Amino acid sequence: MTAQPNPPPLFSGNPEVSGLAYYGAPTRPLYWSVWRELWENRSIYVAPLIVAAVQVIALAISTIGLAERRRAVLLLDDPVKQRAAIEAPYDMAAMMMIFVVFIVGVFYCLDALHGERRDRSILFWKSLPVSDLTTVLSKITIPLVILPLIAFASIVCVQVIMLLMSSINLLMHGVSPATTFAHFPVFQNWLVMLYGLIAIALWHAPIYGWLMLVSGWARRATFLWAVLPFVAIQILEKIAFGTSYFAKMLQHRLMGFAPHAFGFHGGDHPTIDSLAQLTPGRYLSSPGLWIGLLAAAAFLFAAVRLRRYRGPL
Amino acid sequence: MATIEARGLRKDFGTTIALDGVDLRVEEGRILGLIGPNGAGKTTALNAILGLTPYQGKLEVLGRDPWTAREQLMRDVSFIADVAVLPRWIRVSQLLDYVAGVHPRFDRAKAEGFLAKTTIKRASKVSQLSKGMVAQLHLALVMAIDAKLLVLDEPTLGLDILYRKQFYDSLLNDYFDGKRTIVVTTHQVEEIQDVLTDLMFIDRGRIVLECSMEEFEARYAEVMLHPDHVAGARSLKPMHERQVFGRSVMLFENVDRGQLAALGEVRTPSIADLFVAVMTKDEKSDVSGQRSIGGAK
Repeated sequence: MTAQPNPPPLFSGNPEVSGLAYYGAPTRPLYWSVWRELWENRSIYVAPLIVAAVQVIALAISTIGLAERRRAVLLLDDPVKQRAAIEAPYDMAAMMMIFVVFIVGVFYCLDALHGERRDRSILFWKSLPVSDLTTVLSKITIPLVILPLIAFASIVCVQVIMLLMSSINLLMHGVSPATTFAHFPVFQNWLVMLYGLIAIALWHAPIYGWLMLVSGWARRATFLWAVLPFVAIQILEKIAFGTSYFAKMLQHRLMGFAPHAFGFHGGDHPTIDSLAQLTPGRYLSSPGLWIGLLAAAAFLFAAVRLRRYRGPL
Repeated sequence: MATIEARGLRKDFGTTIALDGVDLRVEEGRILGLIGPNGAGKTTALNAILGLTPYQGKLEVLGRDPWTAREQLMRDVSFIADVAVLPRWIRVSQLLDYVAGVHPRFDRAKAEGFLAKTTIKRASKVSQLSKGMVAQLHLALVMAIDAKLLVLDEPTLGLDILYRKQFYDSLLNDYFDGKRTIVVTTHQVEEIQDVLTDLMFIDRGRIVLECSMEEFEARYAEVMLHPDHVAGARSLKPMHERQVFGRSVMLFENVDRGQLAALGEVRTPSIADLFVAVMTKDEKSDVSGQRSIGGAK
């Protein structure tokens, strides 16, 4: 190859300055990568919206006869039972939403690092100055931050609409809507909800991390690769030792946040009546949380390393 | 500092050797055509240069190790891997937002300017665009990035001739400024003959020929022989001989043009003809265990 004298660089600047641009506008790779995920995976917000719409319709139908039921509830002698009866539909709507965003998160993660290889767009993403770490972090932000926030916003919206609908209905039938608010501390419940969503997201972090690792590793059938090893271990344990510790461990990973994050009264109504029942100290000092977060970090680190080697399928 | 410098670059996939000790130096301001048959190692070489695949040996692109510094490198390097890597779900406006948001050297106004010359709508999804329009879109993005090195791997595969022509015209007129470096691989070699400043043939993981286009023109000559001069011409050891309309056409390396003019009509061969000559000669020399053609190292 013929050598030519190098002309002076077109733009002088220090190429070692990382993070901030040394030419042109400052960039925000993580911020825009999260937007990119939302553009690609519209189920992240469409699914909660649909669920919210269904809930509103169902609740609208359930307001028929609300006044009679409310009068019956107010006749109960136990205020705990009164509160439980009034609160139940609100809690049910919230639980449904939390379950739905969990499912959305699971399927999102299973596709997160697989879809870009399947459609070959990984070659385009890798042609931009965005690191594998930024990419993986932007993707895990969806189940750990974005989905809980969307769930919280949807729950608040649905409950506000519920309160409005039921209050109007009660007024029209001569019952004071104040009976709702007397037994159902709305703002306190939202605070509990937010706390619970954060506790759940952190507790489930290793699940999302594992799913993301599998989505970056498997060539196909990500769901099977993600789930079958656990089924196999359970079967092996059951047949070989007749025990089911592994199944208990999995169950603990799915639901174990609750006894750590909340101080339940026990009995038939595991409800949260006061903010004193939130136990963030106990939650933050539970080994299960930190073991889970360590596992999540390990899975994500492996996913970042793996993406370096990955090209289109 | 050379734009690309490789020494003993090796890459194997199990027992298949994709790159077999490649030495390579591409200076700033060159437009290099990397030509080779399928499976020759072109894409592997480009992937190594772009930090998409690990390798053995020494490789520096703009002074960096591409495998460990891909993110930083991609501020100064653009590439079009092939025609269909833009995600199909994305909208043109979103694509502009994203690249503007992550790339410090992307000039959005410039990209909008290039797009204004096309029929691509801002609200369209990539999946709604024709193959040619997707190529135009990708090129508009890449040309709006002030990169030092542009790598094109089969950028016009599957496009019709109008888009192909337009692609290289835009690249030369609106992008190349004599300071950037461009590396391109393609099978449509005839179309880039006038575009290139340098030429490199790669086969079975090795460089079998490398020269600048000036050297190419000085070194190789093709003669359409008068029928009576065929035997005489053969004594000059042509690289390759073929028949066109019943007449012999021979390709010579480093033979004086004046001497050849006496034998028939002399012209500069096309890259495609030289490619065929080198590749078929390569096969023959393989039999005798020798591989030394052109500037092979």
